[in-house]
Amino acid sequence: MTLAIEVRDLTRRFGSFTAVDSISVDVAVGEVFGFLGANGAGKTTAIKVLIGLLAPSSGSARVAGFDVLTQSEEVRKRIGYMSQRFSLYDDLTPRENITLYGGIYGLADAEIRARGDAMLNDLGIMHVADKLVSTLPLGWKQKLSFSVAMLHRPDVVFLDEPTGGVDPVTRRQFWEMIYAAAARGTTVFVTTHYMDEAEYCDRLSIMVDGRIAAMGTPAALKAEFGVSSIDEVFVRLARPATATAG
Amino acid sequence: MRALRFLLRKEFLQIFRDPALVRMLFMIPVVQLLVLSNAATFEVKRARMYVVDHDASTMSRGVVDRLAASGRFVRGGGSGSVALGDDALMRRDVEMVLTIPPGFERDIVRYRHTAVQLLLNAEDGAAAAVTQAYAREILARYATELGTELFPATALAGARAERPPVRGQPAVQVRTRGWYNAELDYRHYMVPGILVQLLTIVGTLLTAMNIVREKEAGTLDQLNVTPVTRSVFIAAKLIPLWIISMVVLSIGLVVAKVAFGVPMIGSLFLVFGGAALYLVAALGIGLWVSAVTETQQQAMFVNFSILMVYLLMSGLFTPVSSMPEWAQWVARFNPMMHFISLMRAVMLKGAGFADVARQLAVLATAGAVVLTIAVRQYHKRSA
Repeated sequence: MTLAIEVRDLTRRFGSFTAVDSISVDVAVGEVFGFLGANGAGKTTAIKVLIGLLAPSSGSARVAGFDVLTQSEEVRKRIGYMSQRFSLYDDLTPRENITLYGGIYGLADAEIRARGDAMLNDLGIMHVADKLVSTLPLGWKQKLSFSVAMLHRPDVVFLDEPTGGVDPVTRRQFWEMIYAAAARGTTVFVTTHYMDEAEYCDRLSIMVDGRIAAMGTPAALKAEFGVSSIDEVFVRLARPATATAG
Repeated sequence: MRALRFLLRKEFLQIFRDPALVRMLFMIPVVQLLVLSNAATFEVKRARMYVVDHDASTMSRGVVDRLAASGRFVRGGGSGSVALGDDALMRRDVEMVLTIPPGFERDIVRYRHTAVQLLLNAEDGAAAAVTQAYAREILARYATELGTELFPATALAGARAERPPVRGQPAVQVRTRGWYNAELDYRHYMVPGILVQLLTIVGTLLTAMNIVREKEAGTLDQLNVTPVTRSVFIAAKLIPLWIISMVVLSIGLVVAKVAFGVPMIGSLFLVFGGAALYLVAALGIGLWVSAVTETQQQAMFVNFSILMVYLLMSGLFTPVSSMPEWAQWVARFNPMMHFISLMRAVMLKGAGFADVARQLAVLATAGAVVLTIAVRQYHKRSA
């Protein structure tokens, strides 16, 4: 099994607060890996360390075959990132955003044009390609963000709550896009709060208070906890006291 | 380098898509240049004078008439009492009290010299000095006209509690010729400096807000996960505002020439060469502020603090040579001071390359240092 992400005892502290507490995760190439956890469990912090926005306090991590601390520029060339918060330029059009990121990742003009057109068609937003992004509905913006993160065909893509605040139909389309990306060989590292989405992942981990409390395939996790849904697994782990009492 | 092209395009699109920003960039410096250059003058017109004429002769009336006829002074009252004049000065009803002693005309005719007294409100020292200089010149001219020596014994009323007005004949006669020819040059001297300051204020404000705004919007994280290098990123932030600032400078120079008749004796090429270097340093400071702050509010505050030092120690309002030793030392590191001195030297004196080589060298060094700091202080990954 070739590893796309290799995390060893990764810790990130902010002062005396340990946001990520010695986690170890392996994600295989082409896997869709669900990174679950309650709000404040440390998911976003862990992702920020993996994509090189935050320095780790201790431990190590390799992404796409390179060390995130010492070879961060090599890592950056090979990853895509979609943040929790919409982070494309609102005062540019979808096409201008695509051109910008295509250019930054070193795509040729013709390539940018071709991939941009294909993307806008796939997303069904060709008719607003030259309207300002600020005028688009959230669901479209989120899909655009994801597509821009995939524009340079990264080896690994990090999606931080990509479906937060979007309608069920768009969520379904999102997961179709995620599967399509995985089918092309991109490893997907995704966080979500929707437990039904967690069932779509090849494997997942559940983070509680900065530590990984459980990890495995959805089926294995359900079997381990003797429950019928990931939702129940999550509730048991995230609220241990309640779970024991019940 | 290819990434730079795309980032530049993005910056320009964002700037020109914001009408308020474009207005601010081009209108504010030009409008303020027009307004401030007219306002920032020491020229005194229609100063009110209180006349205490103890002589009431043809010649004493001649003194008053000459002062009033110059347009610099208007009669703001009069009586036979110096004390009433003092009160008027105290109440700020007048700026000057003119006292003509009894026997004024007789002394001129008999002894061929005499004195008048000018009391000035020196709360505003600069204005008092100019007012006094005008009065001296007018009196001196009248004296020449009368073929006699007539000179004022002046006392500045601002200090009169400690020092009673000095009357009588000064030991040394000083000829202050051409005092307000300097005033005529005043705008020529101020306009280039004000232009540089406005350019700096607008430029650093926009650069200081720029990176930090992307931090607040979250768009910076998205850029930071890409392979864009720090120097390309800083260059993309610097170049658009640098180009725009050069354009604004050109407009400002045209305004200076057309509206204020500021001469351009030296080479325009030197002025722009100096500006090219200066703007790297000035805008670089804004970027540096933006790279190390977290919110636009912080950036604004830090930038204003730096700007204050920058402006007040630029030698525009107070000459650097009259600052204390330590302040002169600080001012030597102020790129704005060097650029203003270069502008004046080239525009007003026609200084050539060799004359301003030192300023150019300082500006180039400042630019290189500031840019290096800005790039090094900007981190794609937070610690």
